[in-house]
Parts: sequence; structure tokens; C-alpha cells
Amino acid sequence: MTASYLCIGCPLGCRLEVDDDPGGDILEVRGFSCRKGKEFAAQEHVDPRRSVTTTVALLGADLCRLPVKTAATVPKALVRDVCRALRAVRVIAPVQAGQVVLHDVLGTGVDVVATRAVAAG
Amino acid sequence: MISDRPHLLRSEYDVAIVGGGPAGLGAAVAAREAGAQRVLVVDRDTEAGGVLLQCIHSGFGLHRFGEELTGPEYAQRVLCEALDDGVDVVTEAFVLDVAADHALTIASPRHGVVTVQARATVLAMGARERTHSAIRIPGDRPAGVFTAGLAQRLVNIDGVLPGRRVAILGSGDIGLIMARRLTLEGVEVVGVFELLPHPNGLSRNIVQCLHDFDIPLHLSTTVVGIHGRDRIQRVTVAPVDETLQPLMQRAWEVPCDTLLVSVGLIPENELSQQLRLRIDPATMGPVVASTMETSRDGLFACGNVVHIHDLVDFVSAEAELAGRHAGRYATGQATPADNVRLLPGANVGYCVPHTVSTDRDHVVYLRVRTMFDPCLLRLRTPDGTVVHERKLRYVAPAEMVNLKLRPALLQGFHGDSLIVEVVPR
Repeated sequence: MTASYLCIGCPLGCRLEVDDDPGGDILEVRGFSCRKGKEFAAQEHVDPRRSVTTTVALLGADLCRLPVKTAATVPKALVRDVCRALRAVRVIAPVQAGQVVLHDVLGTGVDVVATRAVAAG
Repeated sequence: MISDRPHLLRSEYDVAIVGGGPAGLGAAVAAREAGAQRVLVVDRDTEAGGVLLQCIHSGFGLHRFGEELTGPEYAQRVLCEALDDGVDVVTEAFVLDVAADHALTIASPRHGVVTVQARATVLAMGARERTHSAIRIPGDRPAGVFTAGLAQRLVNIDGVLPGRRVAILGSGDIGLIMARRLTLEGVEVVGVFELLPHPNGLSRNIVQCLHDFDIPLHLSTTVVGIHGRDRIQRVTVAPVDETLQPLMQRAWEVPCDTLLVSVGLIPENELSQQLRLRIDPATMGPVVASTMETSRDGLFACGNVVHIHDLVDFVSAEAELAGRHAGRYATGQATPADNVRLLPGANVGYCVPHTVSTDRDHVVYLRVRTMFDPCLLRLRTPDGTVVHERKLRYVAPAEMVNLKLRPALLQGFHGDSLIVEVVPR
């Protein structure tokens, strides 16, 4: 079987194709123009994953929302649940960029970290 | 994003920069590297960083930093570079005027109205969004119609949702990003409607913002009516024919309490017009030389105020160029004037810079008018002699094309203008 994907690794947007056998083993990946594209196609075929960016509540600063991201990708099916889990999080300023705001979100082994510093207001 | 010595404002600078987004901050660092001792960045917001601060998604910096950063991370890097280099970054300050001798009139609550004398100035005010009134949608004028970037600010900075059931007009990247953003916040996005037969944003955003969340994209379809008394209640959408005229007999109603409009950006030109700079009607930004100098001596410009960029990485590259030449101008090492005019030819909407020099390397940014599969990017003289040709796999109006010009390519060319065109292969 051949499946096609569009690479989200960079703005080029390469059209990728993955051939697999009936057992689900990947036989060939085509259409990539870099190593990351080849890896993305293989990953997307068996276990699609995404990084998540959103904001969490911030207290004690001039800003009221703190932008955050997952420090690595999480399963695509969990993206909405990750955001839901982050609705309960409250962070108190000051915050450093990269500071962990939620450890091991939903048991994925991935931390959620702040993407900016905020001084105490 | 914290400065050690915020709000320091001297009375004299070598280079003064209007706008503290990635363009202004990048130009500041480059001006320092070119030898300018005192460099000032003035920004009207409460902190520098520009629109990147509300662009909390990732996708920035692949070219410049070799890794994928979020907007705030990219902003923090360029701000830290500027502050570490000893640049004065003054926020909550607004440049009212730039005199011919580079005396800047600045208004701020902290400093009042003051005059700062510079030797060179860089305009880096960025862009503003086109609004729905700019595209003239018929119907009522209720609350609930927002530009996509305003909605982005409301959600990401102010923590306020614009509505509960949202239709999006235009498939520009900000609209696509907001479709995902709102979905993640529990808002129902009923669809993205694009007038043209192809999406206006990057393909990666179609995939990761729409497909991932099953948000429908209706191509060759537009909003032809807005309905609601106090708050918007529904929009009428209709497919369009090849001439982009709506087919009203096939129109349908879409209930929604919010309409986001993502129909492009236009350079923030108030100051450029007030200074009577030459404006290119195609870019709607100032006409610039290869040094990014505008039609006024020692007044440079870079970033979205010149033309709308797809990627901040390209803004940073252009800012470096403008900052370097502003720094040189301010320290008495101005670069000689260009000797070749670049003219947009077949299928090319515009090219920037507007002039080049045969003795230096340049990167020319251009935008095509229509989509092409394999095609040729061609540089020719007005009488038809081809000077340079390059094969392109695919071009689209939504994706800026870069043309690297080296002196070797122009060997044997002695004219004073060159035409840039894109032709089918």
C-alpha cells in the first residue's frame, strides 16, 4: 500500500509517499528533500506526533497568559487533551524561558515548558 | 524579555530605528557591527518583539538559527542580541516625525515629547492587517468581525476568546494558525473560505492547522454577506467563477457568532507617506536600493514595512542588510549608489530591492502573480537579451522567490535596467 503525506518540517512542504507491506513494515519512502522529511514520513505513517503550543494562566505579572510548548512531540491524538490538561495550570511570575510548567503531561513522558521569560509585576 | 537599563534615552545617536520587532532589533545589531557606537530602537508597545510575541506557535528560525522556535523564543533571542550589543531599546514611545537631518521627534509617557538627533534612520514599523472593510463585504456591520491577527492577540496575550462558533475568510497563514488555536481553546471553527482556487498559506499549515482537526477548507468560495443586528449571527458564502464573481444561486448560509478575516497584510506606511518617500504601488512600501536605502538620504527601511515577508528569517536577513548600511552611512562610509534598475516583467508582481549594483552580491525577493509548475526565472535586458535563467520547480503568489545575484552573472551586461520575469517552461 502507498500512503501520501505532506511534510510539515519546514515551509517547503514536500509531498511524501510511503510504501508498506501487508504486515505494516515500511518498504520505501519517496519525495523527501532532506533527512528530516524522510524521518517525518516514516513517523507519520506509524505514529503521527505533533508539538503543542498554547498558553497557561499567569499570576503576579503584567501579562495574564504565559506561552508554553511541549518540550518534544506528543501523539497527535492527544493534542486536544494536552491543551485541556493545561487549563488547570496556574504559574506564578517570575518565570524563566524553558521553565517546566507541567511535568510528564498525560503520562507521555514529555514536559510542558514556558517559551518566554516574564518578570514579576 | 527584561532590559537591565530600560528607558535610557540619550540626545544623540548614530543610528535610530523606528520599530522594535525582528526587523528593528536585527537592524540595530547589524548597525553596531558596522561601527555605529550609539544605536536606538524605539517601540510603541510595552515591550519590544513586535508581532512575534503573540505568535506563540512554532515554525520560526529554521533558516536563521537552524532550529524551530516559537515566536516569543525568536523575539527573545533577537532582543537579547540587541541588548547584549549595547543597543538602547526604548518602549512605550512613538516616533512622530523624522526630519531631513535625522532629528527624530519622539513622544512617550515617560519622556514627554523629545527630539533625538541621529545620523541615519531605519524604518522598521512592520505591517498592519487588511480589514474586511478593505475588501468590502456587503451586509450588516454587527460586532464579532475581527482580523485574524487581532483575534490572535486577544487569545494569546489577553486570554479572551473572540467567540464560540467561528468562520474564517481567507486562507492566509495567520487565519490557518488561528483556526487551530481556537479549536484547541474549545471554539468551533466551522470552515475556512478562500476566494482563490488555491490556499494562500503554507501547505504545512493547511496540514497541521486544518487537516489535523478536520476543519473544512472551501476554495473558490467567499463571504458575500454578513448578517446580525448587535452580534453577527450568520454569514452567506458563495462559490465564485473563474473571474472571481460569486455564483449567488449556489450561495448558502453559515451560522456563526464570529467572522475572522485573514486577507493579508499591508506595510505600516503612515510615517513613510508623511516623509514623502517614494512608494512602490505593488509592495505599498518604500522604494529601496540594494542597501535598503529609501528615496531619502540616510533613511533606510527593512522588514514588512518594505514588503510583506513569508518568514521572519528573511526579515532578519533584510534587517541585517539595512542595519549594516545605516551603520556605514552614519560613520561616513556610505556605499556607492546602485547602477541597475530592476523592473518586474511577466508574471512578477514586484521585486525588492528596486535597484542593484553590478559589483556586489544581492538577494532579490520577488513575488509572482499566478501559480506555475515548472517554470523559468529569467533576467533579461529591455531589448530581450537573456542575462540569467534559473529553473524553478514550482512558484505561487503565497511563496516569495529568492534570486541570488552575483557580479559574475552580470558580466558583459552594460545597460542600466534589467527585467525580472517568470515564464512557463
